[in-house]
Amino acid sequence: MTRPMTDRLASLGRGGINTVGSLGRSGVFLWRALAGIPRPRVGFPLLVAQIYSVGVLSLAIVVVSGLFIGMVLGLQGYTILSDYGSEQAIGQMVALTLVRELGPVVTALLFAGRAGSSLTAEIGLMKATEQLSSMEMMGVDPLRRVIAPRFWAGFISLPVLAVIFSVVGIWGGMLVGVQWLGVFEGAFWSNMQSAVDFGDDVLNGVIKSLVFGVVCSWIAVFQGYDCVPTSAGISSATTKTVVYSSLAVLGLDFVLTAVMFGGF
Amino acid sequence: MENDPFMASSDYITLKNIVFTRGQRRIFNDVSVTVPKGKITAIMGPSGTGKTTLLRLIGGQLKPDRGTVTVAGHNVPELSRKALYRLRERMGMLFQSGALFTGITVFENVAFPLRVHTRLPEEMIRDVVLMKLEAVGLRGARDLMPAELSGGMTRRVALARSIAMDPELIMYDEPFAGQDPIAMGVLVKLIRELNETMGLTSVLVSHDVPESLSICHHACIISDGKIVGQGTPDELRNHPSDKVQQFLNGHPDGPVPFHYPAPDALVDWELPAALTAEEDLGP
Repeated sequence: MTRPMTDRLASLGRGGINTVGSLGRSGVFLWRALAGIPRPRVGFPLLVAQIYSVGVLSLAIVVVSGLFIGMVLGLQGYTILSDYGSEQAIGQMVALTLVRELGPVVTALLFAGRAGSSLTAEIGLMKATEQLSSMEMMGVDPLRRVIAPRFWAGFISLPVLAVIFSVVGIWGGMLVGVQWLGVFEGAFWSNMQSAVDFGDDVLNGVIKSLVFGVVCSWIAVFQGYDCVPTSAGISSATTKTVVYSSLAVLGLDFVLTAVMFGGF
Repeated sequence: MENDPFMASSDYITLKNIVFTRGQRRIFNDVSVTVPKGKITAIMGPSGTGKTTLLRLIGGQLKPDRGTVTVAGHNVPELSRKALYRLRERMGMLFQSGALFTGITVFENVAFPLRVHTRLPEEMIRDVVLMKLEAVGLRGARDLMPAELSGGMTRRVALARSIAMDPELIMYDEPFAGQDPIAMGVLVKLIRELNETMGLTSVLVSHDVPESLSICHHACIISDGKIVGQGTPDELRNHPSDKVQQFLNGHPDGPVPFHYPAPDALVDWELPAALTAEEDLGP
């Protein structure tokens, strides 16, 4: 009777210690990767290469998803708004939904799946094949050389991708609302223009995606660096990257929304 | 003791009273090893005795629980991160897997340390890289990708990369493991030549007895976290210890038992003790 109870307590404690330990490790890890000013001659080409593989190669999925989400918003918005005879407000609805919420959040989720998982797998495999270790023995710090450029690339790419997502999404909403369902184009754009505020809506959306950029890139590079260097370890680290990033993005989105738009 | 090479004053590496534990397992229990400058020292022992761990202790990737690791006069575990990375620029290490960077060509792999650590102009980097590749006989393979190389070639490219910065010390982690006889011969020749021509201090970790003893100046044999024998190859061949003889001659059973520690066989097969007793009476 007492055994299972103490066992459960012990495993709870072990879980807690593991969680706190891994949080601490990831903090030290990020600090070491980012501390110190990188030499621009070496660092810049590395950063550009990573922005290409993390950001530019994610463009296709972001543009296509943005287009479809915008079109769905247009269609759904029209059916609801037309009940109230206010289908002209569709431009405002599509733009606000995308800029405030769906742009940053969906882009971050796509980013975690497309770029985050590949970062984790790449770093994990470099660890498993001793490439990171051999770099250390050559006197090159893998945190600076491998981790830092990948982290910064994610941090820079995600907000840009989120903005592109919103722009394409608004265009998709316009295609459905104006071109297909026949909402008056002037009303569509002028409603959007008067309703969307640059500071309150666009800038807050960008701040959200900056936060998501930090979180997603951090989780991805840390999971890769901290993984157990076996095939099972890499696969579980990749899964963790996607799961943790998605949960963190959705949770943080609520917190950020509450702070930004909750009226406190 | 005057002739003892381990007491020579020109020691490049000194490990003193090293204790190292991983998890519950004690890997080293009071191990002391010295590596004289400009010589080839072989560290041998059965698989799983922590030979690679020893190299990681020397390179500062692991820290001992107790004891000191001195490399070129620096106490490695105490060094700051920066000083450690500076010291590592003077070391080369050949990993068992080669650990080449898979995304770039052979040429770029060898050029990597030069590009990071020096500001040499491109033509000079090219000359140095081709010289190092020539030394391992792979100048013609410069444009290949690591995936296109055979196991032996991978190791030779990795060797070229680890000597790119003209290090003082080179550590070989199982250089002969899994190589065909020709590749093995090539590696033996390369290790000896590099030691002679560049005056490198070499540490060789291996369990391939004939190859290692053929090139090393002296050797240590590690077993069960302790040094069981050390000396020149000839001294080891005539060593009185059973453990040393078992390892050098590859006897399947001896002080190192054939069986991994296991619970009593009767218990494992769930046989009642009485049954076996009856069987013993048997026919």
